[in-house]
Amino acid sequence: MALLEIRDLHLAMRSFDGEAHVLNGIDLAVERREVWGLVGDTGCGKSLTGLSVSRLVPTPPGRFLAGEIRFEGRDLLACPEAEVAELRGTGIGMIFQDPTTNLNPAFSIRTQLVDVALSAARRDPAILEGARGRAAQAAAERLAAAMLDRVGIPDAAARLGDYPHEFSGGMRQRVLIAMALIGRPDLLIADEPTTALDVSVQAQILRLIRAMVEEFDMGVLLITHNLGVVAQSCTHVAVMYAGNIVESGPVRAVLTTPLHPYTRALLQAIPTRGVVRGALRGLAGAVPNLIAPPPGCRFAPRCPRATDACRAAVPPPRGEGHRVACLHPGDRDA
Amino acid sequence: MLRFVLRRLVLVLPVLLGMTVMMFIIARLLPGDPVALAAGPNATAAEIAAYAAEFGLDQPVTVQYWRYLSGLLGGDFGVSIFSRRPVLDDLLTYLPATLELVLAAMFLAVVLGIPAGLAAAVWRNRWPDYLGRVAALAAISMPRFFLGLLLQLGFAMWLLWLPLGGRFPIILEPPPLVTGFLTLDALIAGDGTAFATACRHLAMPAIAMCLSPLATIMRMMRASTIEVLQQDYVMTARALGLPARQIVFKYVAKNAVSATLTVIGLYFGWLLGGTVLVETVFDWPGLGLYATQAIVSQDFMPVIGVAMVIGLLFVLVNLVVDLLYGVINPKVRYS
Amino acid sequence: MTHAVASARGQALRRGWFRFRQSGLSMLGAALVVAVLAIAIVGPWIAPFPGHVAGGVDTANRFLAPSLAHPFGTNELGQDVLSLVLAGTRISVLAGLGVVVLGTLFGTLVGAVAGFAGGWTDEVLMRLSDLKLTIPGLILAMAVAAALGAGLLNMVIAIALSWWPGYARLVRGEVLARKEEVYVAAARAIGASPARILFRHVLPNIVSPVVVKMSLDMGFAILTVASLGFIGIGVRPPTPEWGTLLSVSRSYMPDFWWTAVFPGLAMFVAIFGFNLLGDGLRDVLDPRARR
Repeated sequence: MALLEIRDLHLAMRSFDGEAHVLNGIDLAVERREVWGLVGDTGCGKSLTGLSVSRLVPTPPGRFLAGEIRFEGRDLLACPEAEVAELRGTGIGMIFQDPTTNLNPAFSIRTQLVDVALSAARRDPAILEGARGRAAQAAAERLAAAMLDRVGIPDAAARLGDYPHEFSGGMRQRVLIAMALIGRPDLLIADEPTTALDVSVQAQILRLIRAMVEEFDMGVLLITHNLGVVAQSCTHVAVMYAGNIVESGPVRAVLTTPLHPYTRALLQAIPTRGVVRGALRGLAGAVPNLIAPPPGCRFAPRCPRATDACRAAVPPPRGEGHRVACLHPGDRDA
Repeated sequence: MLRFVLRRLVLVLPVLLGMTVMMFIIARLLPGDPVALAAGPNATAAEIAAYAAEFGLDQPVTVQYWRYLSGLLGGDFGVSIFSRRPVLDDLLTYLPATLELVLAAMFLAVVLGIPAGLAAAVWRNRWPDYLGRVAALAAISMPRFFLGLLLQLGFAMWLLWLPLGGRFPIILEPPPLVTGFLTLDALIAGDGTAFATACRHLAMPAIAMCLSPLATIMRMMRASTIEVLQQDYVMTARALGLPARQIVFKYVAKNAVSATLTVIGLYFGWLLGGTVLVETVFDWPGLGLYATQAIVSQDFMPVIGVAMVIGLLFVLVNLVVDLLYGVINPKVRYS
Repeated sequence: MTHAVASARGQALRRGWFRFRQSGLSMLGAALVVAVLAIAIVGPWIAPFPGHVAGGVDTANRFLAPSLAHPFGTNELGQDVLSLVLAGTRISVLAGLGVVVLGTLFGTLVGAVAGFAGGWTDEVLMRLSDLKLTIPGLILAMAVAAALGAGLLNMVIAIALSWWPGYARLVRGEVLARKEEVYVAAARAIGASPARILFRHVLPNIVSPVVVKMSLDMGFAILTVASLGFIGIGVRPPTPEWGTLLSVSRSYMPDFWWTAVFPGLAMFVAIFGFNLLGDGLRDVLDPRARR
């Protein structure tokens, strides 16, 4: 049984102009100790996939049309809200993009970490080693300091009383990671955790997340638009385009032998050291309108290999391990 | 921070100075003859002139103003031409009554308005929100003096639950004077009956006065809560499993209150100026009633005195509000 | 291009009207305001006892409880309270309108002068308006009204004197913002007068906020007028002003409650109407306030 298994997930979002079909049959399975990179353009639905797992997509305007999200075998979409709420923080931890806006400016980080620890301990007393009442508060503070230390904040105990604005951006993201991990989640969803950070800090944060995977024996869903981040820190990758996962598999296989034309286009758009002037390729065309999407493969309008069959029906994913949803996948030597 | 406070206090001075100038202009340049009024309807021209001389009102306005200002430096607020009592004494007598009323009303408004606004925001666009918004607008539209009369009609005249007006029955011995607030003084003296009596007198005027700030605080709190609820950190708190109650009442409330604070400060001054009506209805012996009597008889020294006290209090309250920002929002530093 | 601008503005208006109509409360406010204005116009003529409005008394019928002949009862002089309330509408609305219009005109003038002149003129005028924030408006209005002497006009002037700072700030802010715009700088370069810039570039941009503020202020102005009447400064009997009516009849409570309650209710309904309307208009016209 996979830690997280998403099957054929369909999500629609109501907007001013109509209802957009933003997730169009997502299939994904994450095991413990796997780091799955979820890549794609802005608006392809990767963040919504992450939010769906924690059931944090507001409904309305959102509406789940079909599919299952199984967490340790339990279908979260069929659970009552109270049961999903029990999982947040302890079963599933989350980190978001902008560390400046994701910490509450009016409270010290001690308060914020301790509250998360205490609420997690109500469900799993082992987190605070069974401490109760006043002892729990003290234990939570000790745990908070230990976690800050673990995520690499120097002089952690002394900085507990500081407010978010007294930390640098990278340090704030470390605080948020500590906060997400303090309840010992089995699955960590990290939504663009490094996008708002300096490049030098990005690598540190990614290394930190990698290290935590082993230590906490958890699975990670790392949402990013940056294939470099995926190459650096993921074990697996799923490439999304307009609400579909078009290609997925072990990171090495997908990045060295991309099969889907969209994945190839993405890889061609990355500048490398040996790149020749003019060789960098952008992708012509635009993302399709999701309110009335074309019936077939959503990439077909921009695809150089598209045929009539592509435009007729959405191609199902094929293959074992390295899967691709394309009728005309590229050759391994291409 | 001390420098911040001092600078703010120094900035008050020109405001107070401007206030005296304006009041002198109103008192001396507009038609109306306070001396004739004060001297009585049967006074002869000579008597009126003598009366004017006694108070220095025969001097040119500039001289009068200069005298007033130099008196102020020594804490002399002038003399009422009616009662011939020093204005300062009167102010000190009536100020505690008004402050007690305003603080009680403000307390009610804050204690009820902030949770109401929070609730309206959490239930946004559902029936508690609609109900609250209509009620708030109705409360703002309700003239305080009419509400006061209705309360009197209902609770004092028909139900006979509460006293019609006044601050404390004349026939009873008030608690020994410490703070000037009867409720507090009664508590200090450990006199339960006196406390209850003071509270019963305070209840209706405070309710009549709190309604409109209550509604404004609620509307402000609703707006700022809605804004805070959309912040990223609220999503993070939810994603990490904090209970909804804790998120709203602890994390959201503190952020939303800081925007509401300004309104509270502004309203405080507005209430101080607006006690006039409620004090008239409930015969509450405070600054408003004092100012009204002075204005009707065009006795301007008390009016200037009242305006200055209220202006000063207004500035002080807003200073406290600004300092409170620092408590609520750790980013604010006073420099 | 002018055509495009005009049609865009028309579309915005249509959309605003649509949103306004969606809100039942705004429509209720509009209905109340229309009713109040209608009564203000025809009130004295539809009053069942026009003689009482003019000051006539009927001592034989003092303190009659509400009945079919006198739906609001009669007062201590035997006057029909309904007639007085209907006639009082005109006075309150006129006085409120006078306050708001005078306040707007004066505020616009001060704001425009401060904004265009800048320097110490600006400084002095703005500090003066700050002063108005600190001095309690009601006490100021009371003092001025008492010094000027009784009378509706004097009262309106007295209240308007404490009313302008809000408008002055609005206009000054807009003037300062527009002055920086390239097209206004260009207009000034070719010799457009401040008045032209004011009327062509500044005022059209603040019509919406001023209209919203005026309608919200209208309720508050009516309230202030009634407050002065209630305290006994301003209009004197027999002028049937609502606040004055209330102040006279409160001494006859609780037995003759109708003499006080009906004028008070009329006041509340009128103010509530203007506030509902103003709130609705603000939601439509001021995008920043929309939630």
